[in-house]
Amino acid sequence: MSTPMPADDPSAKIAIKAESLTKIYGAGNTEVVAMRDASMTVMAGEVVALLGPSGSGKSTFLTAVGLINPPTSGKIYIANQLIMDGPKALTNLRSFRRKHLGFVFQKSNLIPFLKAGENVQIACELNGLSSRQARIRALELLDYLGIKDRSQSYPSMLSGGQQQRVAVARALANRPSVILADEPTAALDSFRGRQVMELFTKVAHEQGTSVIVVTHDHRSLDVFDTLYEMEDGKLTQKTKEPLAVAH
Amino acid sequence: MNLAIKDISYNIGRFVLTAVGIGMLLMVVMGMGGIYRGVVEDATLLIDRLDADLWVVQRSTRGPFAEISRVPAKLSDRALAVPGVRVAREFVYHTIQRQDGDRVLRMAVLGLSWPTDKGDWIPLVEGRPLGQSRFELIADQTLKLPLGRQIEIGNEVYQVVGISRGMISSAGDGIAFLSSADALAVQFDVPGEAVRLERAARESRGRLFDVAIQQPALLENATRQSGQLPAIARPSISSVLVTLEHPSDAKAVAEVIGGWTDVTVYTADEQRNLLLKGSVEKVRSQIGLFRILLTIIATIIMALILYTLTLDKLHSIALLKLIGASNTVLLGLILQQALILGASGFAIAYVVGQQIFPKFPRRVIITSEDLIQLAAIVFVISIASSGLGVWKAMVVSPNEALA
Ligand SMILES: Nc1ncnc2c1ncn2[C@@H]1O[C@H](COP(=O)(O)OP(=O)(O)OP(=O)(O)O)[C@@H](O)[C@H]1O
Ligand SMILES: [Mg+2]
Repeated sequence: MSTPMPADDPSAKIAIKAESLTKIYGAGNTEVVAMRDASMTVMAGEVVALLGPSGSGKSTFLTAVGLINPPTSGKIYIANQLIMDGPKALTNLRSFRRKHLGFVFQKSNLIPFLKAGENVQIACELNGLSSRQARIRALELLDYLGIKDRSQSYPSMLSGGQQQRVAVARALANRPSVILADEPTAALDSFRGRQVMELFTKVAHEQGTSVIVVTHDHRSLDVFDTLYEMEDGKLTQKTKEPLAVAH
Repeated sequence: MNLAIKDISYNIGRFVLTAVGIGMLLMVVMGMGGIYRGVVEDATLLIDRLDADLWVVQRSTRGPFAEISRVPAKLSDRALAVPGVRVAREFVYHTIQRQDGDRVLRMAVLGLSWPTDKGDWIPLVEGRPLGQSRFELIADQTLKLPLGRQIEIGNEVYQVVGISRGMISSAGDGIAFLSSADALAVQFDVPGEAVRLERAARESRGRLFDVAIQQPALLENATRQSGQLPAIARPSISSVLVTLEHPSDAKAVAEVIGGWTDVTVYTADEQRNLLLKGSVEKVRSQIGLFRILLTIIATIIMALILYTLTLDKLHSIALLKLIGASNTVLLGLILQQALILGASGFAIAYVVGQQIFPKFPRRVIITSEDLIQLAAIVFVISIASSGLGVWKAMVVSPNEALA
């Protein structure tokens, strides 16, 4: 990787900071501690991979910092602003999500009754762009991700890889500070999977967006700046040593 | 971008089917209302058309529409003699059911007081009013008797000289207008053998009287027509319709005629009320209740449809929440769809109803008042029944989008 690790750069801005996040599902007999004391700091433009076995709490962490699944305790800062203090929201989460966060998930989460272009356009419109401006922005993004020619297709007529590109375009629509992706390549072959991962690095390095990607795909780990591993709800940063050797 | 319309046009086939389904349902509700109106309108139609100020009926009865009322034919002459009365018409009215080829011919026979009333007030689509005192009739369209047709009723043959429109009895049967003499002949049509038997009976009864024994020639009277007998003639007509010089005199004239101990007098309004409260009351409330029931059922079905429509979109709604759509946007999506569906259903109900209702055997009257009322109900139903969907949309967690 040619880009220096932003974490080492003192001038870099902190995009997202999770402090001692704990998540307990259920209570009593059915109590599950899905995440215990997880902390992570992500700088602007940093691309983070989140690894770990199934059921270890990766999605729980991602949805917590994505402000759609409040933690039981801990603090979440985004854009230098304390957003979650334990399960308590300190701002309107939906509009905060709209402005600051972009999401990409395993199965492309596109709205089935909107065409590819419209799926991106709606995200811009929700953030206050006029429908004309939104359409222009949507086409720009689809062009940037190389699928402008499919903007008039419904999601059901697109391949898995194309759908994920549209999802990435939508995640980028409002120039978010952080993109959160949960196994975005699980439904893709390794070639297309790698293409999507490279797309994230491209976005991060060109636009300064931070990206957190949950992945099981160890073949693409070289594109990430930082690796974290989740095990039984515990989050640890992994050294990138063995991979750095490849450079 | 309008999400409601985008979703509809993506699922257009399904939307059309749903709208047609709701349309049919609303058409039934609409039709039921129309049938209700038709019953009420038909019931009072004759009273309104006859346009009499007073109805003179048999003492203590509620008039010819409620029960059998019999007054003597000469009563009209008596009524005419009362100051303030301009016209007094005989009114003969009863329903008969005969066979016309393979067809059951059910008609209300109404006697017109010839020559005072030749039926000039009857709305005709074809032909003319009565032109002679006997053996002609004006038939309503619904009886499906063509102009010029000769039909046999009782011992006589009558010719159809006019076809009326919308003249229907309170039971929904078409009316045949005859002169009152003909109407009475139809009503008291007695077979020849019955006449012969009656005359023989009179003669044998007469034989027992002293007078007949002393003057056997008197017995010859027994075989004369009953109308020529010196005995009191049987009261034969249903009632007498009185038209006044000045309608404002109604109360005074009614008091005078009401003083006669053999009759009861009703104003036209009273007669109309008796009819609505009496013979059609049960039909009316039956249909009315059924209509309410149908409206409730339509509400439940629409609520279900709109709710499932929202459930089907729940994933998209969660996704929209995830990418930050406000509640207003989601509310707009659900409510607009409900209203579009309600409005299309209503339009389909109206258009299809206009084609179908005229083919019903009885009148289905869709008043604009009822249409506006139904439209308001549909509007409220659409909003109320999307409430369930809206609630579901409000509580769905954006997490669902990841499921
Ligand atoms: N809504 C929930 N209610 C109760 N328990 C839950 C809920 N969601 C997740 N869990 C539990 O929390 C733990 C962590 O789940 P999570 O989905 O975060 O794992 P994961 O690392 O994303 O797994 P995978 O790789 O299979 O997606 C699991 O034991 C899971 O059963
Ligand atoms: Mg997961």
